[in-house]
Amino acid sequence: MKGYTGMILRVDLTTGKINKEPLPESLCRKYIGGRGFIARILFDELPRHIEPLGPQNKVIVATGPLSGQFVPSAGRTILGTKSPATRGYGESNIGGHFATELKQAGYDLIILEGQAEKPSILHIKDGDVNLLSGQRYWGMGAIQTERVLKDDLGERYQCLTIGPAGEKEVPIACVSHDFGRQAGRCGIGAVFGNKRLKAIAVIGTQDIPIADFRSALEVGKKMYQACMSHHALELWQKYGTSSVVSWSNRIGTFPTRNFQSGHFSSFTNISGIVMRERIVVKDKGCFACPMACGKYSRIHREDKKIYVEGPEYETAALLGGNCGLSNIEDLAYANYLCDELGLDTISAGSAVAFAMECFERGIIGVRETEGLVLRFGESEIVFKLLEKMGRREGIGDLLCQGVKATARVWGKGSEHFAMEVKGLEISGYESRNAPAMMLSYMTSDIGAHHRPSWAVTADITLGRNSLEGKAQRVVELQHLRPLFDVLGVCRLPWIELDISPSLYVKALNACTGMDKTIEELLEISERIWNLTRLFNIRENPGYGRHCDYPPGRWMGEPVQTGPTRGKTLSRDQVDHLLDEYYKLRGWDENGIPLPETLEQFGLFQEAKEIGSWKSD
Amino acid sequence: MKIHVDNQLCTGCRSCQIVCALVHFKVNNPKKSALKIEARFPDPGEYRVHICFQCGQCAEVCPEEAIRQDGDRYLLNMEKCTFCQACVEACPRGVLPTHQELPSPIKCDNCFECLEICAYNALSLRESG
Repeated sequence: MKGYTGMILRVDLTTGKINKEPLPESLCRKYIGGRGFIARILFDELPRHIEPLGPQNKVIVATGPLSGQFVPSAGRTILGTKSPATRGYGESNIGGHFATELKQAGYDLIILEGQAEKPSILHIKDGDVNLLSGQRYWGMGAIQTERVLKDDLGERYQCLTIGPAGEKEVPIACVSHDFGRQAGRCGIGAVFGNKRLKAIAVIGTQDIPIADFRSALEVGKKMYQACMSHHALELWQKYGTSSVVSWSNRIGTFPTRNFQSGHFSSFTNISGIVMRERIVVKDKGCFACPMACGKYSRIHREDKKIYVEGPEYETAALLGGNCGLSNIEDLAYANYLCDELGLDTISAGSAVAFAMECFERGIIGVRETEGLVLRFGESEIVFKLLEKMGRREGIGDLLCQGVKATARVWGKGSEHFAMEVKGLEISGYESRNAPAMMLSYMTSDIGAHHRPSWAVTADITLGRNSLEGKAQRVVELQHLRPLFDVLGVCRLPWIELDISPSLYVKALNACTGMDKTIEELLEISERIWNLTRLFNIRENPGYGRHCDYPPGRWMGEPVQTGPTRGKTLSRDQVDHLLDEYYKLRGWDENGIPLPETLEQFGLFQEAKEIGSWKSD
Repeated sequence: MKIHVDNQLCTGCRSCQIVCALVHFKVNNPKKSALKIEARFPDPGEYRVHICFQCGQCAEVCPEEAIRQDGDRYLLNMEKCTFCQACVEACPRGVLPTHQELPSPIKCDNCFECLEICAYNALSLRESG
């Protein structure tokens, strides 16, 4: 089928065997691409109950049918694995140019299996694929690795790399690309590290197939023109996601001092305007992107020039407000440290903030911190903790396992403010006065991330205190938003510039020759949503409703300061949201999909087997 | 008219390359484009766009007279081209790219599709001269 290269690259790192397999057309029709491929393949190929950090786990590097096509922001690469952070379904995606290059080399997917004996680099040059020694790069920072790899192989190679954190199998380690972009969440970098895979470098020359050239050009131009004539484009081009910092503070959703508050009193110092004035040197775009949210920045530290892409909103939220950093240069440096070490800025920021609150409350003392006095807002302390986490030294060896694991060790009630769901740290929205957003975090299939459902705007339009209609909206978003990760495109042109989903459907049909409707695609998205839920249930005996609750802080403890001061949700309200959500999904009251629901989405085999997984 | 490049504005998104290949070769392959984008990261963190300024030096060296002036642009007649690559070597900006699947170098024909798709105005039109 057109739109795809039609080829899967399967790499066994244990034996060094490399296979090229045809991509089944039925998989394309039923799961379309990207996230859909990942969910289906992980479910089918991973033996049950395997260790995420072991040779039996796999990493899937996927593109979608629109990846690399003439569609605004069509540069997404989607990565998936059994997550070492959550032990459940793990998925994260990345912009830049990797997906295009992989398709030009002739592959829609890479499936990484096994475990190499020695550090390795997967080298792909069109049809020539081989494993190179990664010894020379082992120990290097993630961005440094990319620079040296390009020096060694050629500037036009596109690379995925990990840093020291990935090498040391830190469960919050990310995968990096294009000098500062990351597939941050779910610890996929740790699985690369466990496989001793330091990097993938790819270069390709081939055409990316299109079914109907004329329609593809026409719809592509239409989408570009819609982006370029939108009134919000200029603001977005100038500030990228950093413009969200001020907005989020105004509405009281900015994570502050480990989510004690939703408003950071010094937020203007780390806002988009200050960032643009003081540190941004370049607008940096992903493949085919007219809105370039990438803001490339430069700071000086000890007479050295430091370059970093960002800080984008999530980093400003979790390393900025949440750790109390109120200086844009400090924030940028913390961002840089995470990027070189290969740490997810969201989880790392949450872990640092958690440690700071534990210290302030006397739950830990200098004995646990090797003498460091942890205080919110102390930038040098943030830097030291990040270094320790990335290199697994001292307190960092525990903290790098995430706030859930750390709270289990430190105890004394600290789990109440360990800000995670399913073991994944909550991303950048304090949600006690945003029930739809809270429900989004509770039910996200990878743990507390905003990607599948970013529902703050629904809270604003439907009423911040109201629960009505919230579950419905979250379900709708959880089908529509992940479709972009299925197609292999960025969702921001749709969200920020109102590009209609119907145009993406037209582009899909033009590129592939399929004849899908938006309704059919949403049904596929719901099939995938049920499948990832099943993966979590199958892999974690006893899985169910208890995995969907937010941390204690979000049930009953009032927000301390700012516009949402005093607000909270009660346990009853949280239960109400969950009940409504499960009902809409056709899941039982424990959050387990009913067999008839699964059958509705063609998951017949799974419907038969689900009873046996529950009783494990 | 000729194309003016402002490197400071280029974001490296390659939309210009995609549309160039689509329009001229009816394929999606940004490597079959007359534009080259050089990325320089992490230091100094910039892109440089290389594009034909229609100087005509390629026409001067072409032994087959396959490149001819047409107003303020120079056009390549692919049928006359023997792929000797004299023009590729003579081009002072290095912007006659080649691709293994193509029978001749890729010569910009001033169609201006690239500047229409650039959302940052890194490419714009200036009077010749």
